[in-house]
Amino acid sequence: MSKKVLMKGNEAIAEAAIKSGCLHFFGYPITPQTEISEYMAKRMPKVGGLCLQAESEISAINMIMGAAASGSRCLTSSSSPGISLKSEGISYIVGCDLPCVIVNVQRGGPGLGSIQPSQQDYYQATKANGHGDEHVIVLAPNSVQEMAQLTSEAFDLADIYRMPAMILADGSLGQMMEPVDFELGSKREIPEKTWATNGTYGKRKKNIINSLYMDPNELEKSVLARFERYAEVTDKEVKYEEYKCDDADIVIVAYGITSRIAKTAISAARAKGIKVGLLRPITLWPYPKKPLRALADTAKHFLVVEMNMGQMVDDVKVATECKKPVSFFGRTGGVIPAPAEILAEIEKIAGGLN
Amino acid sequence: MTTNILLAGFGGQGILFAGKQLAKTAMYSDLQVSWLPSYGPEMRGGAANCSVIISDEEIGSPLVVTPDLLIAMNLPSYDKFAPNVVPGGTIIYDSTLVSTDRVRDDVKACPIPATGIASENGLDGMANVIILGYLLKITGLFEYDKFLEYMIASIPPTKAALIEKNTKALSLGYNFA
Repeated sequence: MSKKVLMKGNEAIAEAAIKSGCLHFFGYPITPQTEISEYMAKRMPKVGGLCLQAESEISAINMIMGAAASGSRCLTSSSSPGISLKSEGISYIVGCDLPCVIVNVQRGGPGLGSIQPSQQDYYQATKANGHGDEHVIVLAPNSVQEMAQLTSEAFDLADIYRMPAMILADGSLGQMMEPVDFELGSKREIPEKTWATNGTYGKRKKNIINSLYMDPNELEKSVLARFERYAEVTDKEVKYEEYKCDDADIVIVAYGITSRIAKTAISAARAKGIKVGLLRPITLWPYPKKPLRALADTAKHFLVVEMNMGQMVDDVKVATECKKPVSFFGRTGGVIPAPAEILAEIEKIAGGLN
Repeated sequence: MTTNILLAGFGGQGILFAGKQLAKTAMYSDLQVSWLPSYGPEMRGGAANCSVIISDEEIGSPLVVTPDLLIAMNLPSYDKFAPNVVPGGTIIYDSTLVSTDRVRDDVKACPIPATGIASENGLDGMANVIILGYLLKITGLFEYDKFLEYMIASIPPTKAALIEKNTKALSLGYNFA
């Protein structure tokens, strides 16, 4: 038997977090991610950690702020409406330069929406998780294996850059089971948390963690310093996958579960002689601008496919400097597009190219 | 080679469990596999279904829209999904619960009165395992012994009494003629 285990995406996130040394989980149940809480409730006490069901999402994210300030590796998870509730806390955590991992297993919106899978929180995750000039690292897995692997990386990235990292998944990735190998986790060197408020033991000056500044010049200085770190993240931490792009006339840009549906459509299109490829952003922030810009020289058309109304289209237009047409196909509200629908879109574009 | 399987029936018939056993055996056989359940309010006593894809290549979309193999454990599932089966595909259905004259002539239809066999043999609630046994016979997807071994391995020690029942149910399905 292999060392792989068959697990749900949600469970894989929880197990990967524990394997990454996460000792605090704070959450509030919501479909389709409740298995994360469930798993944590079962496993955390056995590894000497703490799983606490807070009275609300707002409370959970603020508990994260406290745990992160003490230097602990901590995780909170929710689904779309719950993430909206966390947004104030996320901004505070960014303002305090604290590392933590936040999971969003997206469901249909807006409002209470549906419990089915969606990617309608792309704007929120990549542009404005909270108020103020802020970013969080956003990782978009497309398999249960990546749910585990990217969770492990998210903890390392958060600690290295002292900022929150988010796993942006969706209900289908959370609910589906696939084999997963936990040995493939991140193993990066983590700087010592000299800033943590974990007791001075009379040996050092007090650490103060705070996001309030009376002097705007001081605040500006802290924002500028943070953006220098953002520049470093943008420079070093972009992740993406290129699939059959070498000779592609049409490049599909899709992330998460949609990228897999696109791959099925690509195989069908290639069988019909249409040259299609896929650029899959794995980090949604920082965004893979350079590879997209390079493809703008070779491809003739970009097709963005998402489970929303086209939230990533502008990012592709900016990255490709509008050198080639960018069109969009998507389903929304919790509806998963079928490979045949994407294939029809590819054929329509291919017809126009000839 | 890729096999797209859709299992469908009532919540409580063990649809998800049956799919999980297929997925586990595929994983232990070093094949690629994905298992995707329908989840939602319909799971509370209503319809349940799950998509299982088994392949020797990377799996794209995990959602099975046009199955090569349909397991239908009740009439609504048969009516809903039988038209989507690919021509030349296979439909295995529980003929105790699915009485139908809507039979396609371009697919292989394999009825088995699994619920009836289960109650005759004191195996109530194990029609799903009987169907799995029949599936192994019909499709040759996995070796019987291997499948049985992994199924037994997934029964927790506290429920050891279920080993005998599952083994019997699988064998009844496999030897159904």
